Amino acid sequence: MPAETNNLVKDIRKTPEATTVVLSGDIDLHHSPQLHSALVEVTNERPKKLLLDLRDVPYMDSSGVGTFVEVFRRVNAYKGKMVIFGLNPRVRSIFEITKLDRFFTLAETEEQALKT
Amino acid sequence: MSSDINRVELTIHSDPRNLPIVRAAVEKLAALEGFEPHDVYHITLAIDEALANVIKHGYGGKCDQPIVITLQPVRSPDGRPGISVCVRDQGRQVDPALIKGRDLEEVRPGGLGVHIIQSVMDAYNYSCPVDGGMLLEMVKYASAKNCPSPSVKV
Repeated sequence: MPAETNNLVKDIRKTPEATTVVLSGDIDLHHSPQLHSALVEVTNERPKKLLLDLRDVPYMDSSGVGTFVEVFRRVNAYKGKMVIFGLNPRVRSIFEITKLDRFFTLAETEEQALKT
Repeated sequence: MSSDINRVELTIHSDPRNLPIVRAAVEKLAALEGFEPHDVYHITLAIDEALANVIKHGYGGKCDQPIVITLQPVRSPDGRPGISVCVRDQGRQVDPALIKGRDLEEVRPGGLGVHIIQSVMDAYNYSCPVDGGMLLEMVKYASAKNCPSPSVKV
């Protein structure tokens, strides 16, 4: 799905090292299917490292976490790496509540995410 | 939305596009009741997860079915302010004993909503009303370190 047709996907930046998907807005039951389609399309290109920028995501529910789990599995399947960065405390807490912070690689900044 | 001094009732269709509207209303109400931002987020998240479960499982994704959300200020036994939340639908009935959070050792999507409700609310109970559908009742009390004096009237 091209970025311009998905309100949640604000930008997709590709370099030889990584593909960064910049997200903007609430990730909930309404938006997660669009997000899933967009990220599946990105992973079809098998980027070595997939960075998800959540700096502009104020809210996320379990449907968003579920979407990230599915994308995480796809990236793992082709031996890639997925890093989520820029989570505000509320969004980070849902990873902690669901104990998925043990499985995802979470970083504070894009620079840290690239070095991970 | 109808409101009196102590009670707010929201009736929505089971359309996921209504979720941000409910979240905004719940956030505002919880903040007005004196909850700290951390608790406001947890109350909002629990209601959001409950509604998502009704839409997905109770109504099988149908977007035109009724859901009634009722919020009412309450007090804990030790005097802390709290909020009682009821989510009432007319969807598929499920034995409440079968509604439980899943094993979080499994890294897979889905089944997290009930776990989140369990984790962030102080109490919750599912029941099957005799006139059909499901009723979820939840309670959240303000964190003890941030609560105002018990003498404050809600």
